[in-house]
Amino acid sequence: MNAPGRAWVYGDDINTDLLAPAAYLKGSMEDLASHCLEDLDADFAACAREGDVFVAGENLGIGSSREQAPQALQILGIRTVLAKSFGRIFYRNALNLGMPTLVCPHADRIRSGDRLRVDAAAGVVHNLSTGEDLACESLPDHLLEMVSDGGLIPHLKKKLV
Amino acid sequence: MLNRSHDAAASMSMTLAEKILARASGRQRVRPGDIVTCGVDLAMMHDSSGPRRLAPMLEELGVDVWDPGKTVVITDHFVGESDALSVQIQELTRNWAGERRLRGYHEAQGICHVVLPERGHLRPGMFVVGGDSHSTTGGAFGCFMTGLGATDMAGVLATGSTWMRVPETLRVRVDGILDDGVAAKDIVLFLCHEIGINGAGYMAAEYTGSGVTAMAMDERMVLANMAVELGAKCGIVAPDDTTCDWLAGVGVDVDDADDWQSDADATVARDITIDAAGLTPQVAAPHSPENSAPVDTHTGTAIDQAYIGACTGAKLDDLRMVARIVDGRRVADGVRFFVAPASLRIADQAEREGTLESLRASGATILHSACGACIGLGPARLGAGEVGISSSSRNFQGRMGDPSSQTYLSSPYTVAASALAGCIADPRGYL
Ligand code: SF4
Repeated sequence: MNAPGRAWVYGDDINTDLLAPAAYLKGSMEDLASHCLEDLDADFAACAREGDVFVAGENLGIGSSREQAPQALQILGIRTVLAKSFGRIFYRNALNLGMPTLVCPHADRIRSGDRLRVDAAAGVVHNLSTGEDLACESLPDHLLEMVSDGGLIPHLKKKLV
Repeated sequence: MLNRSHDAAASMSMTLAEKILARASGRQRVRPGDIVTCGVDLAMMHDSSGPRRLAPMLEELGVDVWDPGKTVVITDHFVGESDALSVQIQELTRNWAGERRLRGYHEAQGICHVVLPERGHLRPGMFVVGGDSHSTTGGAFGCFMTGLGATDMAGVLATGSTWMRVPETLRVRVDGILDDGVAAKDIVLFLCHEIGINGAGYMAAEYTGSGVTAMAMDERMVLANMAVELGAKCGIVAPDDTTCDWLAGVGVDVDDADDWQSDADATVARDITIDAAGLTPQVAAPHSPENSAPVDTHTGTAIDQAYIGACTGAKLDDLRMVARIVDGRRVADGVRFFVAPASLRIADQAEREGTLESLRASGATILHSACGACIGLGPARLGAGEVGISSSSRNFQGRMGDPSSQTYLSSPYTVAASALAGCIADPRGYL
């Protein structure tokens, strides 16, 4: 189970162009990450901290297949991603990077700044600020295993040796 | 008895998407929700998400491409850009591809989703993955083709396989024939509005019906391409004579088209029927394809730029639609009109038949056959506060230029009519 983290809460349809603006795709990941969500919330990239939780509404990560979208979140310190629903490529990408990524139908009950403890294996979000527990859809076993290995590359590394 | 044998038949029936995943995973049958490991028939990637991101991962794994004969690299994203980083990325991609005997390496030949079928890499029944979300385009040829991110693609290159959750099928039936001046793009924009931007999330969108049968491949490609705007895992059209004739033209002979059809009694999760004859040109307002409405909702909205481009809207038939509208006319004063043909082959053919000349004569500037303004690169990038109309597929905030710019999406007909009028216009008045 992850240590508690602060929630950053956004709405529906957060697309990959907002998370990883194309103008910075050619450069370094660190530079790209510093522009993550800048058109929506200029504070996010500057203020996100290690262990924070990214929370969104419907259709998080729709759009391009660019893996830099979840990777930018990861570089900024985000360790867990919750949304009511996901664009399918973003969902796979985030899991492949080793980030617990959970469908949380009641994500709208979380407020920015709430302290959350996420138990990916059990599929539960404990909101320590409100005392509320929110159920998430559980991850299939093969994805849980991959995430606990740290993502697809470490997972394959283990399997290929 | 009768009932039971009917049930037995029904339990064996599958949709086209299910048949392909069953074949690729070595199973007799699959059902929606099954998680299967599929052998990959072909992996396609481009210069942005391809070698520059994959190579370090393969190195870390200590493996190389599982089967270079099933791997294709096509450069299109940073083509036509001359800054140092773009040049560096092209060089890295070229060298990586050169060091392996890949099935195909196509540098600066056009946009990957158009070049891939054009060079004979696709055939019905294949399970194909592409390192780009619009990889759904390949479904127009009866493939199950879906988009993956870079790490997923590294996994495919390392192992030759990937996991898929077998999708439910959304069946879109297009009944009847589109009116003149209305195109496949209008169908898919209409769908974006009807079911929402992720309305077919995780599903296979299969397009059928007399309206689809009547469509040329270029138009079917639009339906499959923008299936991803519906959130779909793949968009698919079962192969018919039109498919086989087109493929024969690029050297691919198909003799098993009958195997790659949905069974008549296969179970689908949702059916949508569209009356083609009743459909009007659609325009999607900023900043989402789901903000679509009949063109008259927006007629008169002034534009700074009209763009014909991208894998969605700059194939040969798209350019011909534009020529029909602009031939013998001039673009409105103060409007920039850019055309980026989707591939060099298309540009060649359009040149030979006079289509490009008629576009130039109307005031169009012809750009590189690359992604360009679709990802906010190149000379057609929109400036602060500007308004553009585009035949591409996404109008998310900031995608085609400055975050304060506004992009409307429409068919090539409507983009062309708007270029002439200087404001969003109904193309049916220009035919
Ligand atoms: S043209 Fe646009 S949508 Fe098509 S592959 Fe290029 S960036 Fe993606």
